[in-house]
Amino acid sequence: MKRIQTKIDPNEIRRRIRGMSVITKSFIVECTSLFEIGRATHFDSAASTGKAVKLVEKTESPPSSLWVEEFELIQRHKSVKAFGRLFTHFAPKIKAFLMKSGTDAAVAEECAQEVMATVWHKAHLFDPTRASAATWIFTIARNKRIDAIRKLKRPEPENLDWGPEHELDQEEAVGLQQETAKLGQALAKLPEKQRMLVERAYFKDMSHSEIAAATGLPLGTIKSRIRLALERLRHSMK
Amino acid sequence: MMTNTIKHHVNDDLMMAYSSGNLPEAFSVAVAAHISMCDECRISMESHNTVGGILLEMQTDIKVGPDALQKTLDKIATSCPVEKVEKPSKIDFPEPLSDYVGESLDTINWQPIGMGVKQSILSTSGEATARLLFIPPGAAMPDHSHSGIEMTLVLKGAFADETEYFAKGDVEIADGATNHTPVAADGSPCICLAVTEAPLKFRKMFHRIIQPLIRI
Repeated sequence: MKRIQTKIDPNEIRRRIRGMSVITKSFIVECTSLFEIGRATHFDSAASTGKAVKLVEKTESPPSSLWVEEFELIQRHKSVKAFGRLFTHFAPKIKAFLMKSGTDAAVAEECAQEVMATVWHKAHLFDPTRASAATWIFTIARNKRIDAIRKLKRPEPENLDWGPEHELDQEEAVGLQQETAKLGQALAKLPEKQRMLVERAYFKDMSHSEIAAATGLPLGTIKSRIRLALERLRHSMK
Repeated sequence: MMTNTIKHHVNDDLMMAYSSGNLPEAFSVAVAAHISMCDECRISMESHNTVGGILLEMQTDIKVGPDALQKTLDKIATSCPVEKVEKPSKIDFPEPLSDYVGESLDTINWQPIGMGVKQSILSTSGEATARLLFIPPGAAMPDHSHSGIEMTLVLKGAFADETEYFAKGDVEIADGATNHTPVAADGSPCICLAVTEAPLKFRKMFHRIIQPLIRI
């Protein structure tokens, strides 16, 4: 069974994927305002006592490297050195992600190694014009969490025929990275407590009703605000 | 030739849950099947994955063991990549669904559930149930109200409820507040994948009695 949408050119899909991270960024900004309300009514006693609320911004910025070179070296020359650089950067983050999802340290360590082994084996599938290295590795770590830790199956969509292998367009890869970085900055600017909510929605199973409990906002308001934000964003995309 | 465009998509709640890996398996089958047919939702999925990637990037490192890299290299040396088995090019279902029901409509093990309607339940774990439904042209789905979320993906033919029309590739998402009676369009039978969060509650006495027996 094939895609039935009037077929969009694969390059157009790539372009739209890059554009969508802008959309998601606005979504996060909307979420921020959503959480701001929750904070004002629920968390924030500082405002009423006149104390300034310090927003701690993360100082570290995402690495400027796209990791493209490392992936090429791994794929073409089985470079252990290049893999080592990827490993040093990502393995501790994967372990952190798995532990935040409720996995104990020993299992998280073991699974982080398995995730990185998969990264090696699948290096040829990494396409920096569609996803950043972090995004791609996140999907592998997520799948590991589902199949190795939760013992569940993960149905994946059919692979798209991305057309004949094309020379890597550096500009496209950089463009994707820039959009991703902007989204990262928007997320990083969230006060810790609020960022945790977004994170928990991803790393743990946090439903809207749990977010409601945490922010003190009625569930209906949360749902309609998220929906409204996304509707507007989707509109602006077209 | 008529161009068939998908009008009803996977909503953001479901997409975020799918992307973050927090969706029950039965719903994930339907979402993956829809994405296989729908470029719009593929773009949406990749975009949701980006948020996951950024959150991963933001993690404060938790040290791995001093020998972790060597152990990983050992794993690489002893494991080999799992090559995905190529499916025959002509199959009746989107790939993620054919992993559960096989490749051909002809080999589905249908159970009749009355009025010409047939079902086949997928084997999935978790809180939700996925089933293929076969509804003869013009026939109504059994009258029911929902508890929890129900997601219906049209694979063949079409159906309509009181307000909207759902054709191949379209997804209908209903919640507990929905009380509707979808009817298969005239012409060919409607085949869809229906996922329910909780068992459907039938309002008619007959169905209420047999519901536990047929698991719909």
